[in-house]
Amino acid sequence: MSLLSVENLVVRHGLLQAVRGVSFTIERGETLALVGANGAGKTTLLRAIAGAHQPAAGRVLLDGADLTSVPSHRRVGMGVALVPEGRRLFVQMTVEENLLLGRTAGRPGDWSVDKVLDMFPNLKPRRHAKTGHLSGGEQQATAIGRALMSNPELLLLDEVSLGLSPLIVDRVYAALQGLIASGTTIILVEQDLNRALAVSGRVICMLEGRVALEGASKEVSRDEVTKAYFGLHRKSTGSVPA
Amino acid sequence: MSNQIIQGILLGGYYALIACGLSFMFSVMRIINLAHGSLAVLAAYALWLLASRFHVSPFVGLLIVLPLMAAIGWALQRFLLERSARGGALLPILTTFGLAIVIDNLLFEQFGADTRSLAPYIGSLSYDSWEWPGSIYVGKLAVVMFATAIVLLGGLQLFLTHTRLGRSIRATSEDPDTAGLVGVDARRANAIAAAIAMVTVGLAGAFLGMRATFDPYAGAPQLLFAFEAAVIGGAGSLWGTLIGGIVLALAQTLGAQVHPQGFLIGGHAVFLVVLFVRLSASGLGPRGLLRLGKTS
Repeated sequence: MSLLSVENLVVRHGLLQAVRGVSFTIERGETLALVGANGAGKTTLLRAIAGAHQPAAGRVLLDGADLTSVPSHRRVGMGVALVPEGRRLFVQMTVEENLLLGRTAGRPGDWSVDKVLDMFPNLKPRRHAKTGHLSGGEQQATAIGRALMSNPELLLLDEVSLGLSPLIVDRVYAALQGLIASGTTIILVEQDLNRALAVSGRVICMLEGRVALEGASKEVSRDEVTKAYFGLHRKSTGSVPA
Repeated sequence: MSNQIIQGILLGGYYALIACGLSFMFSVMRIINLAHGSLAVLAAYALWLLASRFHVSPFVGLLIVLPLMAAIGWALQRFLLERSARGGALLPILTTFGLAIVIDNLLFEQFGADTRSLAPYIGSLSYDSWEWPGSIYVGKLAVVMFATAIVLLGGLQLFLTHTRLGRSIRATSEDPDTAGLVGVDARRANAIAAAIAMVTVGLAGAFLGMRATFDPYAGAPQLLFAFEAAVIGGAGSLWGTLIGGIVLALAQTLGAQVHPQGFLIGGHAVFLVVLFVRLSASGLGPRGLLRLGKTS
């Protein structure tokens, strides 16, 4: 059975339909990249999977169990963790406190504060610093660590490289490679197409709330994704009269 | 003079006690509870009822009244504040203002206009004193109140920083949406925080009844003192609340020394001075404060 399946999901922000009937599944251990232009609905989709948005229609199933009406804090206990866009740390609290908060749901597993600090050694000297005083890279590491502390089965990463220098992004992705190798299932939103294709097994390109392209990351070409990204594929699929 | 200062500091303990719940609720739940004083009076009446009808000492009565106050706090959050908070930042203030009127008048209807006190039920504690060096007499009750304030504020501080529940409550106050995403049940955290705040209000009501008299409309002055102490101490900081209570009480005591009617004026003057100094120090005039209120 698929770890996660999303069925005809529709999410609205007031009158705006941000996600329009998206369906996909992800198997255990898979890494799925979500790409698409700004406003394509990637963040909304991730937040709906994490339970921060209630869908207007459709279902989200985790291991076959219907999550649709489950609030976000209970989804964490069921193994879904989101690293939100913009990191959203508790800036009045220290790195350690942020990490410990990740353990609130109490899922058994082997993630601990020390293990997170081993994974991100740059956090070690900042353990008792308030996260509002950290650099962007340190904040991102804390946000990923906080999600890992809940021992998730499914990790949702929303634009983890946003606003970071290329060097720091390399470091964050090196850490993610370790997670992927250890078999954690990951859905990641990434603006950098090369990076998204390199790190993922499968890629979904979203356009205006719909899935425009889905395929194995090795098989799709950069060109195909770019076309889907900008909506150019629609002309080529239909017969275009000269 | 040293006598006035010591008495002022001890009185500050009482103000810190009544300000504690107000400050806690504001810092953790971003709610200004205008029913704060009335709820303290409600607790005082409950203790008085237990003492006069059933001969239960107010200290034993706390074992019944404090859990009751916790339940009231929980229900208040779930059924009133949580709903009204959805309507914007102003609505909870209006809601609690209305609640204060309802409580005051229900108490009036039930208990009439007579002033009551818990002093007759606590034996010699209400008037006994210790003699300190320099023939300074300090009331035993005042010392008990001051010690309670320190234990309560310190205990809350430790609870918030060192327990899982305390961290959950702080996370919820900072960002309820993200708190949910890391596994914190924000509704539960807020309901527990409200219950804790009401327990401190119950304690404040007990000491209000023991050190003085109260009547159904005694809530408003208590709210005023609590509010001033909380603001002077920097709203939201627990140790600041203790400092704020002491500063307020010292100003009142010294004001009374200057002029027989200077007690309240001294307190209000310090409150206003602190308020304006803080506003100008943060680069905000009253205009800036209004803008700030809109964005947060």
